[in-house]
Amino acid sequence: MKFDTPATTNPIDRMKVVGQPIDRIDGRLKTTGQAPYAYEQNDAVRDPAYGYVIGAAIAKGRITGMDLRAARAAPGVLAIVTAENAGPLGKGDMNTARLLGGPEVDHYHQAIAVVVAETFEQARDAAQRVRVDYAPAGGAFDLAAARDTAKEVDQSASSVGDFEGAFAAAAVQLDATYTTPDQSHAMMEPHASIAAWQGDRLVVWTSNQMINWSAGDLAKTLKLPKEKVRLISPFIGGGFGGKLFLRSDAVMAALGSRAAKRPVKVALQRPLMMNNTTHRPATIQRIRIGAAPDGRIGAIAHESWSGDLPGGGPETAVDQTRLLYAGANRLTQLRLAVLDLPEGNAMRAPGEAPGLMALEIAMDEMAEKLGMDPVQFRIVNDTQVDPNDPDRPFSQRQLVKCLQLGAERFGWDQRNPRPGQSRQGRWLTGMGMASAFRNNLVMKSAARLRLDSRGEVTVETDMTDIGTGSYTIIAQTAAEMMGVPIDKVTVRLGDSSFPVSAGSGGQWGANSSTAGVYAACMKLREAVARKLGFNSADAVFAEGQVRSGNRGATLAEAAGPDGIVVEDILEYGDLSKRFQQSTFGAHFVEVAVDAATGEARVRRMLAVCAAGRILNPKTARSQVIGAMTMGVGAALMEELALDKRRGFFVNHDLAGYEVPVHADIPHQEVIFLDEADPISSPMKAKGVGELGLCGVGAAIANAIHNATGVRVRDYPITLDKYLDRLPEAV
Amino acid sequence: MSKVSFSVNGEVRDLELDTRTTLLDALREHLHLTGTKKGCDHGQCGACTVIVDGRRINACLSLAVMHEGDAITTVEGLGSPENLHPMQAAFIKHDGFQCGYCTPGQICSSVAVLEEIKAGIPSHVTADLTAASQVTPEEIRERMSGNICRCGAYSNILDAITEVAERQA
Amino acid sequence: MKPFTYERAASPAEAAAAAARMPGAKFIAGGTNLLDLMKLQIEAPAHLIDVNGLALDRIEPTPEGGLRVGALVRNTDLAADERIRRDYGVLSRALLAGASGQLRNKATTAGNLLQRTRCPYFYDTDQPCNKRQPGSGCAAIGGFSRQLAVIGHSEACIATHPSDMAVAMRALDAAVETVKPDGTARSIPIAEFHRLPGDTPQIETVLEQGELITAVVLPPPSGGRHFYRKVRDRASYAFALVSVAAVVQRDGTGRVALGGVAHKPWRVEAAEAELPRGASPAMQAILADARPTRENAFKVTLAERALSAVLAEARG
Repeated sequence: MKFDTPATTNPIDRMKVVGQPIDRIDGRLKTTGQAPYAYEQNDAVRDPAYGYVIGAAIAKGRITGMDLRAARAAPGVLAIVTAENAGPLGKGDMNTARLLGGPEVDHYHQAIAVVVAETFEQARDAAQRVRVDYAPAGGAFDLAAARDTAKEVDQSASSVGDFEGAFAAAAVQLDATYTTPDQSHAMMEPHASIAAWQGDRLVVWTSNQMINWSAGDLAKTLKLPKEKVRLISPFIGGGFGGKLFLRSDAVMAALGSRAAKRPVKVALQRPLMMNNTTHRPATIQRIRIGAAPDGRIGAIAHESWSGDLPGGGPETAVDQTRLLYAGANRLTQLRLAVLDLPEGNAMRAPGEAPGLMALEIAMDEMAEKLGMDPVQFRIVNDTQVDPNDPDRPFSQRQLVKCLQLGAERFGWDQRNPRPGQSRQGRWLTGMGMASAFRNNLVMKSAARLRLDSRGEVTVETDMTDIGTGSYTIIAQTAAEMMGVPIDKVTVRLGDSSFPVSAGSGGQWGANSSTAGVYAACMKLREAVARKLGFNSADAVFAEGQVRSGNRGATLAEAAGPDGIVVEDILEYGDLSKRFQQSTFGAHFVEVAVDAATGEARVRRMLAVCAAGRILNPKTARSQVIGAMTMGVGAALMEELALDKRRGFFVNHDLAGYEVPVHADIPHQEVIFLDEADPISSPMKAKGVGELGLCGVGAAIANAIHNATGVRVRDYPITLDKYLDRLPEAV
Repeated sequence: MSKVSFSVNGEVRDLELDTRTTLLDALREHLHLTGTKKGCDHGQCGACTVIVDGRRINACLSLAVMHEGDAITTVEGLGSPENLHPMQAAFIKHDGFQCGYCTPGQICSSVAVLEEIKAGIPSHVTADLTAASQVTPEEIRERMSGNICRCGAYSNILDAITEVAERQA
Repeated sequence: MKPFTYERAASPAEAAAAAARMPGAKFIAGGTNLLDLMKLQIEAPAHLIDVNGLALDRIEPTPEGGLRVGALVRNTDLAADERIRRDYGVLSRALLAGASGQLRNKATTAGNLLQRTRCPYFYDTDQPCNKRQPGSGCAAIGGFSRQLAVIGHSEACIATHPSDMAVAMRALDAAVETVKPDGTARSIPIAEFHRLPGDTPQIETVLEQGELITAVVLPPPSGGRHFYRKVRDRASYAFALVSVAAVVQRDGTGRVALGGVAHKPWRVEAAEAELPRGASPAMQAILADARPTRENAFKVTLAERALSAVLAEARG
């Protein structure tokens, strides 16, 4: 099915199942420990051996020798695979650094060997007996130091009007630089895989967001035809972008299994993950805003610097600034430096998350300079068209309503605009807000449907559920489309033998994957009608029946003993070129800062989101509160601490890399505006999973400023950065 | 290798294990009770939380051979998909999880936390150390802080625990 | 983790003797730090002596009016003990500020004292560390040092001691009771129990090979108001940036020990005379010899401000 004109009325609009706050259909499995994750495929894989990955001990250089003798002689050892004996390997399209390093080392903790043994204990012990000699080489590790060497990123620059002239002439100006640190996805389930060879075919149970990308990249890495590789990923213990790509666990399991001639299971040990896998790269961002005294922005520029390994990409932190606020004169630019750190790549809301952390502080600073309320400052700078191309409208844009409703519900009028004035006992209190913005991406997505002789529907697609609720919303979609109760729908996901879906990334998964299921359901409805001799245009599917005029039949009857199987894909036309599709929101936060120690704690949080049709308000709300929680981490604690001499992230475990715990998170409110966006897809939905993160960090930063009067422009906003600027201790 | 015998979810299990095997790996790799998760293997996340002789512990930081004679309860022992424990049902109702990987640990911890409050064990946020502990949001949050949820379901988990606590009261 | 043999000890003396007899033997009780380190092969005992059966899990009154806390009393139980909560609030508070509920249920009194540093370079076996591998150098000096020591450190090591409990015990003037392999018992004042790193940061306490902690003795209650103020980036389940254990009397005198600043709980008794004059003079005296790094200089300010808050609360 081609989606190239805006959606009209369709069966989803009934909203009998879609749009309802239905409990997750995988909830009973997950809460009772019965959902099998990658490393737990005991029914499918008997008698696996265990692989333990060794990471490089230097950031850059060369392995000059590996002494494997002691490890080979250790009890239970079946095989040791290194670059020397792995055979020729390719590199996946989505990977920047090789997943098996050696003799050249590209980054710290790059996998350089896997030791396979009968038991986990034996594999770990033997791996610790491997001795590696290195010839370290110097490298570039410090973004600030490499800033001047950074190259302009092709096609990243955008310029409208005369920014420099308009900025110089503006009555009120801001020119400020902000930094965001390297961050780690830190999902709870480590990257894990079980690999089993069946002749020249490879089956890998893994934990991966994008089955089709990763099946292709695994085949490419192993120099196999793609059809020889099958990836299975039914449950994924969190991803946040860290499992978008093929990673070393899958490659090492496959290589280890080939060498040991046994199924092999590999989970990356937690202390290896943060340097071995990808991370969100640090940024340096310069923002300049010029406005008239009435608050209207006349000039806005956003430049960002980030670094990555050779061949890697930038953190696209300026993209939202092209679209979020009005202004006739605009400039954005990305620059990328070569750094010899672990591979930078996407983490939840890549680009917008760090970009808004900077932009939305800048907007708060500007509002302060203008003497305007920060909510009002944003409202006067709203635009209903793409500021770069005024003929191109937003498909939907309810930012102003998000801001107004949020301010009203949060009690924004209680905020003292003069910072540092509100005190409750030992606490300095303050409120802050920020706009939320995330583009809505659409990806083609396919699904296969089977209607069986009991009238039950099975959906198969390689879509993944990384906690997003895919199982549930896909079941809701099929139930709505086919007119069956949700318990008559079985959803099977995460298998590369299923039709290729959009996968989970970029907050496109919910809308795109259900749209693919919609397309397949339309095809199934036609097949059912055709089989019954009904006119599909006026056939009504409801309560397990199909009716057309005065005729009717059950789905079971229509399916017959052989059932009906259909497959379809939803592909997109040029609507996303003709319309700017984005999601919008507003975050409001209240913080308390200990007047003595500077410890900042979040007291209240509210997000108002306008993100198209909400397919399941319960799971969508969870996506948003989860993102808000990650935003608290980004604002207050998360930073991969870089050793600039040695070129690695030092705090590479969950004790060192602090993420929010229960005690950090207050009650969180989420409001979804009633919206359906027919430009987006037949589902009229958009994503919320990343929107919920966008702007949270800045809202907290702005609240800390309101509480203390101190402006911190370098994340995370830890107490050491403002302790000496706090009011005198009591 | 060393022999050890303990009960898991009411069933006595006799195992012969490498002395290095943690309780967590004994459950997951030897007994195939994979509900108990390995998130960090270093006591930094709480995904491996199980209840041993009535107390929650991190199964990753305990050797299996040190549990001779112990009674161990895992998430599988609390309830099954067909017969949910009230805490499991409350987690589903309040959507107290997303990816589900920390969830068994959160649920085991939740059950134990309510018992700890009943037993009068104070916490970091207990204002008066000499007074009886109360079930408050602040108390639950502090006591649950050894269970990290990167999906950020904390606010919903609190609602689930609070509902179960109120029903028990 | 290297293979090891395992035995369950039947008595403290027998355990100590076994530890002296077996090269590379270690005691294991809660295991929450030892196993953590063994997995990384930072600790690699050839033999583990499980001391959990030694009946050292009681808290009993001493003839002097204090309490003898068995080495195996779990952190949860020590924190929850009615007498500790009533008379040694700083200790209860310190315990409850540490780790998580799960870890406190396992971790023991003796094990808590013997925790090793959480310096990230100590934990990364691909980095030089004089504490882990004597003579290999210290990667933390000049590296990521935000969490590390500001005082009492050396050219060899800038690690901090991670315990909260020990900081409170230092303020309380506790004593550590042990039994040696030859069966002799001794009592070590907590002030002397932990060492500064000097040239031998691998030696962290004065315990001899095979010497087993049997108890910690708390002196009779000193009265006063008890505080344990732990400052950290996240609200729970994190090691201290700085912590202040304080017992403050009505006349403004008191005792103060600091955590998160040194290789051992940090207390300067002579500086406590300054307490009635306020946090600033007191902390200037306590941290007079501080030599922080650029990254952790804030700890000096933070310690003073945290003490200031404690003293204000004590007055209020």
